[in-house]
Amino acid sequence: MDISLQNIEYRYQAKTPFERLAIKDVSIDIPTGTYMALIGHTGSGKSTVLQHLNALLLPTEGTVVIGNHEVKAKQKNKNLRQIRQKVGIVFQFPEHQLFEETVEKDIIFGPMNFGVSEAAAKERARLALKQVGLAEEILEKSPFDLSGGQMRRVAIAGVLAMEPECLVLDEPTAGLDPRGRKEIMDMFYSLHKERNLSTILVTHSMEDAARYADQIVIMQEGHVVKQGTPVEIFSSVSELVDMGLDVPEVVRFQRSLEEKLGIKLGATYLSIEELSSAVAELLRGAPV
Amino acid sequence: MRGEVFMRESIVSLKNVSFQYENQGRNALQNVSFDIFDGEWLAIVGHNGSGKSTMAKLLNGLQFPQQGEIMVCGIRLNEESIWEIRKKLGMVFQNPDNQFVGTTVQDDVAFGLENHGTPRDDMILRVEDSLKKVKMDHFLNQEPHHLSGGQKQRVAIAGVLALRPSIIILDEATSMLDPKGRGEVLETVRALKDEKSLTVISITHDLEEAAKADRIIVMNQGEVYREGTPEDIFSMDDELVQLGLDIPFSIKMSNAFRQKGIDLSKHYLSEEELVNELWTYRSKI
Repeated sequence: MDISLQNIEYRYQAKTPFERLAIKDVSIDIPTGTYMALIGHTGSGKSTVLQHLNALLLPTEGTVVIGNHEVKAKQKNKNLRQIRQKVGIVFQFPEHQLFEETVEKDIIFGPMNFGVSEAAAKERARLALKQVGLAEEILEKSPFDLSGGQMRRVAIAGVLAMEPECLVLDEPTAGLDPRGRKEIMDMFYSLHKERNLSTILVTHSMEDAARYADQIVIMQEGHVVKQGTPVEIFSSVSELVDMGLDVPEVVRFQRSLEEKLGIKLGATYLSIEELSSAVAELLRGAPV
Repeated sequence: MRGEVFMRESIVSLKNVSFQYENQGRNALQNVSFDIFDGEWLAIVGHNGSGKSTMAKLLNGLQFPQQGEIMVCGIRLNEESIWEIRKKLGMVFQNPDNQFVGTTVQDDVAFGLENHGTPRDDMILRVEDSLKKVKMDHFLNQEPHHLSGGQKQRVAIAGVLALRPSIIILDEATSMLDPKGRGEVLETVRALKDEKSLTVISITHDLEEAAKADRIIVMNQGEVYREGTPEDIFSMDDELVQLGLDIPFSIKMSNAFRQKGIDLSKHYLSEEELVNELWTYRSKI
């Protein structure tokens, strides 16, 4: 399912004295199967963009195309329910939204709300639980008796059980320990690969953006300021630093090494493996 | 040993401490003993559920151990001494939004002082002084929801500082912040530590942060698994990964170089040291 934001603008509390322009003239194309990372400071408009992806917010200017649905500014928009079924959003700290008596009831709530039968929803719950790496036994437990990491997984299972065609992740691993973080990120990546699931990751982690995404979009003050592949984006370090953004550690390391040794490696390397190979080769072949 | 640079006088001591939450089969802390020394920055690391946050709750008397004893500044921690101890030991929690009680920044900082019955004149001075220390003195009458996460945590630190503690505990105080906020908070605490010779206990799973501590304690399944300088701890390599933790970037990078036949002098090098080491290596060829 292709998604396309075309020149969208959004004003909070439009036509009131509190009106505030959050994003302006934002255009982003997300073809089926893309893994896109959305980067920017707190307040840059990332969350506002994110909420347009499943029509939680409707643009005050421009058009949002989601599959074969069009959401246009200043029009009566129908079929928003169908859109919301196709685009699943994992919000920050999604475990805060758990509310049911049992894990199973919590996971099937979404699908049943969209008209899936109870039996089918329960089947989906079982599958989703497996995908997030939890045992079936916890289906009957109260979500509030689980550890923080397990609660996070249950909340994610609730989104997966909707069988979305596009997954939007807002800082999905905040607060988890390194292993939990890696497990969750790897899980999303394999879902993305196996099902050609479009994935949009909102993150502060340049490491994750470099490792998983094939496209990176940088937002600043409500605008898209830069877009490209990780290598393209992280090749211009100074530009990112000027925007007050981080670069991946491996890129930072490459730059300080190049400076100290007074050399320039041919490319920007995004993994430790690639960079160490390039440097080792350089050192071995180093002229005296 | 890096530990020798400060006076090794114990300011907090845990002896054979065990703790179990109600309705849990297993002890959250199991026979834990260690000392925290005056003026040091101690990082306590461990996976989610390793018992590190339980430890913070015990140190601050939010929970009491079923077995063992905890001494803080020479006082045995129990239900009678807890108010005395909380003046000496301040805590900053994980979620910036859950620890704001005042409607303005200065009210929030004053809250703890009011609770301790500080006279008003003294209170005004202390509020201003502590907000200055965390560089939030321009925000006296701001409402908390206008602040960024990093700013909120700095106000929380000011609230703790106003009570003039000897020890500050950061309980994953930076884990919900963006990189900028994280930097702000850590810099603030570091400056305070140097200036006021505070003892800092940082409970974290950010190993880059732990790398800058004087000493690290690794928790696993409710027990102290290992204790040592960052260099000692990071030489554990893959063992850390198996404990659900990670290895700092410079170690991963050094390991990759070693695998490719580049000899490095030490196991643990900071990024800067590693760059210098490679420069030396090259000039020798």
